[in-house]
Amino acid sequence: MSFPWAKEYTPQNGFTKFLDERLPLPRLVYNAVGAGYPVPRNLSYFWNFGVLAGFCLVLQIVTGVVLAMHYAADAGVAFASVEHIMRDVNWGWLMRYAHANGASFFFLVIYIHIFRGFFYASYKPPREMIWLIGVVIFLLMMATAFMGYVLPWGQMSFWGAQVITGLFEAIPLVGESIKVWLLGGYAPDNAALNRFFSLHYLLPFVIAGCVILHIWALHIPGSSNPTGVEVKQESDTLPFHPYYTAKDGFGLGVFLLIYFAFVFFLPNVLGHPDNYIEANPLSTPAHIVPEWYFYPFYAILRAFTFDFILPAKLWGVLAMFAAILVWFFLPWLDKGPVRSGHYRPLFRKFFWFGLIPCMAVLFVCGGAPAEEPYVMISQIATAYYFLHFLVILPIVSSIERPDPLPYSITEAVLGSDKKAVLGENAEPAGA
Amino acid sequence: MIRLVGMLIGLGFTFVVLLAFGVGAYTAATEEVEPQAGYAFHAEPHAPEGGFASDGPFGRWDQAQLQRGYQVYKEACAACHSLGYVAFRNLADLGYSDAQIKAEAESYQIPHYDPSTGEVTRSAGLPTDNFPPVAYAGLGSPPDLSLITKARGDGTNYVYSLLTGYEDMATYANEDGELLTEEFPEFQVGEGLHFNPYFEGLAIAMPAPLQDGQVTYAVDENGVAPEATVDQMSQDVAAFLTWTAEPKMMERKRTGWWILAFTLFATILAWFAKKSVWSAVKPKREDD
Amino acid sequence: MATTTGNPETSEAGTEEGVRRRDFIEIAAVSAAGIGGLAMVYPLVSQMSPSADVLAASTTELDISELQVGQAVKASFRKQPVFVRRLTQGEIDEANAVATDSLRDPESLEDRTQPGHEDVLVVMGVCTHLGCVPLGAATGENKGEYNGYFCPCHGSHYDTAARIRKGPAPTNLVVPDYTFTSDTTIVIG
Repeated sequence: MSFPWAKEYTPQNGFTKFLDERLPLPRLVYNAVGAGYPVPRNLSYFWNFGVLAGFCLVLQIVTGVVLAMHYAADAGVAFASVEHIMRDVNWGWLMRYAHANGASFFFLVIYIHIFRGFFYASYKPPREMIWLIGVVIFLLMMATAFMGYVLPWGQMSFWGAQVITGLFEAIPLVGESIKVWLLGGYAPDNAALNRFFSLHYLLPFVIAGCVILHIWALHIPGSSNPTGVEVKQESDTLPFHPYYTAKDGFGLGVFLLIYFAFVFFLPNVLGHPDNYIEANPLSTPAHIVPEWYFYPFYAILRAFTFDFILPAKLWGVLAMFAAILVWFFLPWLDKGPVRSGHYRPLFRKFFWFGLIPCMAVLFVCGGAPAEEPYVMISQIATAYYFLHFLVILPIVSSIERPDPLPYSITEAVLGSDKKAVLGENAEPAGA
Repeated sequence: MIRLVGMLIGLGFTFVVLLAFGVGAYTAATEEVEPQAGYAFHAEPHAPEGGFASDGPFGRWDQAQLQRGYQVYKEACAACHSLGYVAFRNLADLGYSDAQIKAEAESYQIPHYDPSTGEVTRSAGLPTDNFPPVAYAGLGSPPDLSLITKARGDGTNYVYSLLTGYEDMATYANEDGELLTEEFPEFQVGEGLHFNPYFEGLAIAMPAPLQDGQVTYAVDENGVAPEATVDQMSQDVAAFLTWTAEPKMMERKRTGWWILAFTLFATILAWFAKKSVWSAVKPKREDD
Repeated sequence: MATTTGNPETSEAGTEEGVRRRDFIEIAAVSAAGIGGLAMVYPLVSQMSPSADVLAASTTELDISELQVGQAVKASFRKQPVFVRRLTQGEIDEANAVATDSLRDPESLEDRTQPGHEDVLVVMGVCTHLGCVPLGAATGENKGEYNGYFCPCHGSHYDTAARIRKGPAPTNLVVPDYTFTSDTTIVIG
């Protein structure tokens, strides 16, 4: 599964030899993130975000397990138990702020990771499976984050649960029953809170399982790289350790600096003040918004305001789910022969001047109140979003003339490659 | 095939959302949106002169101010607003002694449910008790104040601005200098409500709770008692409610500096380590 | 943090076939990561010790003005039962009649009460064997062979001074720290 020049693990002493013959765990680690994993030598800092996402997952699980030791999932005391954590539990405030902001930073990291994938077309063969598992992880993260936000049982928790489960009402005929089934009642209450807690505790471990599959699938073809040219020879690669452990270590430090600045000095900016008011089923906050990382999808949901054959609400729900599901089909929508956006002039223009502004607009509009001009702007952005992935990407990828590619990673890095054969420079990636 | 189906779906969603856009644009163009006094004349919270001692990354509690704020809370707010997440023992943070806290707790009657009689009895509070609930019979529903400064945007300044923001509606002008009574001559404050531009909808059920000289401040260590102006009392109670909302705030900021300093140090080391590891193989990049 | 940045570096650096010298800066960086990781463990461990509200509720004040001679009350101290008994003269004599040296855990009744209040016996209602709650505090309960307390779990018998006399318990029922703040009020803890 690896390149022929990958270093082989050699046990150093009796104990590791004993272990290697019975449970070759050190060998597994060596081949996965050690010197036994050859990685393209030209990875940029955008390739740090996979490791950072893994770090975030561990951080969330560790702080989450700790919080669960003090949290009580009961509609009567949930809010008070969170305040108990904030006020009385030793370092409880740190655990909770670390967990709440950790969720935000996890999504930040994941969005950068995903958009890295968009720009460098990391989803292209032979890496489709990595991409598909990645989208599954993203969906699981969204479910976990949503249920976690319900747990403090503040106003936004309650009304978020009400609104999101209300989406299912849009399904014809069975929608109402599905909502009641999901909540175990007619409105969010104890039953809903308890099942959300149970699933919020379970899903991160499902995510961890998917992450293992994600990494496993990654190690079959090996990492992609900024040129999109496949690894051809040993000089194209470096062992993961120490080169990328050192680079990831530095990246982790920078990440932690920003993260800690939020945890210790701006712990509530990414949250919403209304969630410091205990849930009140009889009074709705003036304007309900999800956490920031759901804004784009919330904007898409709200963009559909006109009943065209189907009710507007159903259109919104379908579009919101379609907006993520479309990512599953990217490997087959983008048929261009070249991966990296660096060598795809037209694709690159649509990425920087189409997709990125479109997402930025959706982020802003999703957090804005549902009034003009935000609704109209988000409608234009939503239209572009679907056009980009489903119409522009397939067309651009089939008509575009890519720029000439370097012969190899070595050439891209060193400026020349002794093995480069004249005339082969335009050879497409993966060929 | 996937691409054909995808294109149709994409065009379908685009068509529907653009249809919604068209309808929305038509409505926006043909129907006048009534300007609302609640938006045009709503005032954003502002800080008092000099701000609060707890502000910013180097903020500290001003214990004397917190004690004054507690006094204002007790004398002006406590009749209607509870403080349910705060325990009497927490008052130690404000610099009160154990005996003072015990006396403070005993001055409150705490309801207890007695399962053997099925009745709720009241007894003097203990330091371990939280502030008791407050029964309020009247217009509006006074919120618990324990978390109020976290439950409102820019909460500390909001509390201060709200308390000092009871203005005369007839002469109230917004930041642009427009008079409310001129721009919205028909705007009225509802029955039993009071004009306050910092409150949503410009009308609040709570009448102005503070008047100049309402409390008598004790003399501080300099031998002077601060003058109990509305502004002073509002600042003090806002500072107190910042503490009730997050008693661990200073612990948080102090820890934060240590952690940031260490992380910065470790990151710089990591940067040099990375450079040293890569020095052998890192050539000058000639592209991009 | 230590596992993602520190461990691979320390465990693998030796396999570099001596080509790369492990210089000071790398060791320093890995050590910093390790220290940071360890520092992060501290709050994770500390959060499990009693929280501020539990620590604040660690004393119990008890009014014993209603306690009649020969009666006992069960109170709660740090979420554990505590027995307060006003001994009869007969019980006091019975306790003093035993030679202290002959006991498994030699203590006299005097050692176990406070001067001036020798008739008030305050003990934790937690059997020193395995932590069951002994019987004998409420009227009509089995007081055991020595007329004090009896633990039904494994048959430990305590005498009128709540000293272990028979059965597996190693020591007498524990007398908690307490003080009389008035003739009729005790504060435990």
